[in-house]
Amino acid sequence: MASSIKIDSALPVFSGEWSAEGNFVSHAAISAPVNRKLEPLGPHFLAHARRKRHQRTFSEDDRIQASQKVKNVEDEDAGEISEPEEPEMLRRDPKDWKNQDHYAVLGLSKYRWRATEEQIKKAHRRKVLKHHPDKKAAASAGGQQDDSFFKCIQKAMEILSDPVKRRQFDSVDENAEVEPPTKKSSKSFYKGWAAVFAAEGRFSKKQPIPSFGGEKSTKEEVDEFYNFFYNFDSWRTFEYLDEDVPDDNENRDQKRHVERKNNAARKKRKSEDIARLRELVDKVLALDPRIKVFKEQEKERRNAKKNAREAEEKRLAEEAAKKAEEDAKKAAAEAEAAKAAAAEAQKNKKGAKDAVKKNRRVLKSAAAEFAPAGSVAYNQLMEIQDKINPDQLAELVAKLNVAKGTAELKAVYAITANEIIAKGAAPAGAFDALIL
Amino acid sequence: MSDTQEVESGVVIGIAFGNTTSSIAYTSADGKPELIANEEGDRQIPSVLSYLDSDEFHGGEAKAQLVRNHGNTVAYFRDFLGKKFSEIDPTNAHNSAHPIDAEGKVSFSVVEKAGKPAVNITVEEITARHLRRLVSSAADFLGKPVTKAIVTVPTDFTEAQRAALTSAALDANIQILQVIQEPVAEALAYAARDNFQTADKVILVADIGGTRTDATVVAVRGGMYTILATAHDYELGGVRLDATLVDHFAKEFIKKHKSDPRENQRSLAKLKLECEVVKRTLSIATSASIGIDSLCDGYDFHSTINRFRYETIGRPLFDQIIKLAENVVSKAEIDLLDIDEVILAGGSSHTPKIAQRFESLFPNCTIHAPATETTALNPSELAARGAAIQASLVSEFDVEDIDQSTHPMVTVAPHLSKDIGVVIVAADGTETFQTLLPAQTAMPARRAAEFNAPAEGGDVVIKFVEGGSVIKKEIIPPAPKDEDDSDDEEDEPEEVKSKEMKVEKLLAEALLKGTEKGQKIEVTVQALEAGELNVTARIVGTQNGVRGQVKA
Ligand SMILES: Nc1ncnc2c1ncn2[C@@H]1O[C@H](COP(=O)(O)OP(=O)(O)OP(=O)(O)O)[C@@H](O)[C@H]1O
Repeated sequence: MASSIKIDSALPVFSGEWSAEGNFVSHAAISAPVNRKLEPLGPHFLAHARRKRHQRTFSEDDRIQASQKVKNVEDEDAGEISEPEEPEMLRRDPKDWKNQDHYAVLGLSKYRWRATEEQIKKAHRRKVLKHHPDKKAAASAGGQQDDSFFKCIQKAMEILSDPVKRRQFDSVDENAEVEPPTKKSSKSFYKGWAAVFAAEGRFSKKQPIPSFGGEKSTKEEVDEFYNFFYNFDSWRTFEYLDEDVPDDNENRDQKRHVERKNNAARKKRKSEDIARLRELVDKVLALDPRIKVFKEQEKERRNAKKNAREAEEKRLAEEAAKKAEEDAKKAAAEAEAAKAAAAEAQKNKKGAKDAVKKNRRVLKSAAAEFAPAGSVAYNQLMEIQDKINPDQLAELVAKLNVAKGTAELKAVYAITANEIIAKGAAPAGAFDALIL
Repeated sequence: MSDTQEVESGVVIGIAFGNTTSSIAYTSADGKPELIANEEGDRQIPSVLSYLDSDEFHGGEAKAQLVRNHGNTVAYFRDFLGKKFSEIDPTNAHNSAHPIDAEGKVSFSVVEKAGKPAVNITVEEITARHLRRLVSSAADFLGKPVTKAIVTVPTDFTEAQRAALTSAALDANIQILQVIQEPVAEALAYAARDNFQTADKVILVADIGGTRTDATVVAVRGGMYTILATAHDYELGGVRLDATLVDHFAKEFIKKHKSDPRENQRSLAKLKLECEVVKRTLSIATSASIGIDSLCDGYDFHSTINRFRYETIGRPLFDQIIKLAENVVSKAEIDLLDIDEVILAGGSSHTPKIAQRFESLFPNCTIHAPATETTALNPSELAARGAAIQASLVSEFDVEDIDQSTHPMVTVAPHLSKDIGVVIVAADGTETFQTLLPAQTAMPARRAAEFNAPAEGGDVVIKFVEGGSVIKKEIIPPAPKDEDDSDDEEDEPEEVKSKEMKVEKLLAEALLKGTEKGQKIEVTVQALEAGELNVTARIVGTQNGVRGQVKA
């Protein structure tokens, strides 16, 4: 079979855990294939046919079966475009082409500006097949050749197949216009106006156009719609309604005159059209129940906002008052507590003083053991008592209480004296009589 | 089989049967398709028959009769074949014998024998006579009897039309072995030039003939052809280009002489013929002159036109051709960027402007046309060449054999709807999609490709995936220009589209252990008719490999 193509790129390095059992893991089937027909020619097809046939003969049934499932690539006939031809239309004078409904002539009344180029082409072809004068001449033995409707067809095609001419015609195609719904009309307000603006929208340079929407449209959607149509950028032109310009060279002035008149008329029609659309939008805006609803909602929202603001203000005021009250209460309570604390402190202070007194007494009796009153050691001991706070005093006393003998008492004093010196609360030699 | 014995000895030729012109071709001893010129030396033989003084004229001689003997000259009849009178468009036959309705059948009323009343000749009979003349020219040239042919027709030819063609040929003692599609025959002509390479590609064939233009998108997969979409314009072709020149010169004539040559049958016929010559000249020269003695009201007419002017007046038609091409591509549900090659076929494809317009629509494609490719084949010859190639391929087949080989059981095949490929590592280290079997490949199909092992070697994972192309659009803002030399037209931002392959679905993974730097890895994928996918991966030159199947 086919040889390998060389591709100068690397395959990816594997990293991570291989969870499957073997070295191959299948994840998903290929997408459903489409049956198509191979063209039976060329050497490679013939090789394919040989492989496919090997000794087999296919029957007529096989043929039908296989043919049925194949995807068709050739267009079906343009059967969808057909509408009855009014006898009046068939009798049209091709010279009066300006008043001709080109879409109707091609059988495209339903489509009009919506008709695609493809549809126009197909429709034209159908009409040609039917109305070609050479066919008619052949049909009526007398050779009566009435090709006037065929000329109408050709004119319609000339205009509709040329984008510029088609726009000129579409600009004045009255049959494409949609009347605004009246109060009495059966169509709903939204359906009726949606059709009107879908039709108006065909003149928009900007496509697609926003839809008119319905009852449930959001404010943004409705705003977008009105903004779009208030700022409508239209390609609509009015050349089609021009008066014919005489094309003989003799009458130059007359020609220029008509041209000028035409130009003025086009401009006038254009500005009238702009005004017309604006009026139309004004009108529907005034009628649009959604606008009223939105206004109502807006008002409500504003009211709601105001109410909310007032409520908030009230709430804030109340809150402030409450807070002030609470603050006052709290202050009073605090004052109360402070007073109580002060009293308590007072009480505690007295207790502490008593404790100090008691401790001092213990000290004095301890000192008496090795430092008689008036001696240097005694004076220094008294000084220690002054230098330490009541807690330290209590601690000292506790130690003295458990100390046995003069030596131990002295040692306890010496430690305390050293601590005082270390803290810098007394000069180094202040307690020399105690520190041995 | 036995009663075709005597027929067996004949040569099989290819015939391109057009509304405007027909061509005949054979495959020479060294296997090259060659066009055959008729007695007049024409390779593009007008599909015209004319009756004058009991004589039958064919081809160029008959075409010349359009001026003086138009009522007895039958032209542009191919598309009438096998159709009911109500189904035909007689427009092109307006200046020759008009088709008439003979019991629903399309016929022409012509005076065949001098002095006798006109007789009705059916379009089948006209076709038989035309084919007889073509085949006899071929036989004269080859010096051998010709009894069998392959004939090309447009893709919209119905079964009824094919049957009518085959039966008309039998009336002329010609056995049509196969009726083939013009665009595919045209593609085959180029395939033969390139030695039937099997590269996968999608081609657009635009056949711009005399009365009509057909556009076809064809997927070529492993040398086999599948039509993805077709579009036709029955009012677009060389005749319309002639008409723009006719209008151009008629206006000039009116200015000078105050009479319109288009309003007189004979003047119009003369002007048309000369305008066609002018048009052909403008395909190779940048200006052309026209000279017609006594064109109208006794006035001679002489003028010139340059190519630029012609291209200006022809522009609406060129636009339509391009539109048709865009249309067929969108009908195929692909993007313009998915087209790999464009083949311009049909006589009007000689027009340089048309080829250039295709070149700007498909900037990254080869446009096979004389103006855009120096080695291009003659676009007028493509269909006949393709038919001659097919003729040589099936020359040994009998009808039964061909019928079986072209049977829908053989031709109808499931085609992949997505590209199947593997994930590869691009030069910049990112992972991308490499297609092995592209979408629109008929199954069964197999492809193999060789990849590099990673630069540092090691274990490799082959991820078999399905995907498709996505079109990325990028808006390039216009380059800021100096105030002075800005010409306002080109200020639009440019939209640049590019195509990128995207993985859509992981089908399977295979682990290939222990590859070494510098080794090659061969990967194959095989899509079976029932929808299974067989895959293999192997280190080239070793026994180290993996295989597996993805079930349908
Ligand atoms: N060199 C050329 N330059 C321009 N046009 C050419 C040239 N040669 C031929 N043509 C035109 O090509 C047309 C004929 O095309 P072709 O030979 O493909 O005919 P065809 O296949 O019978 O066409 P159809 O079936 O559409 O009528 C004629 O209109 C002819 O004027």
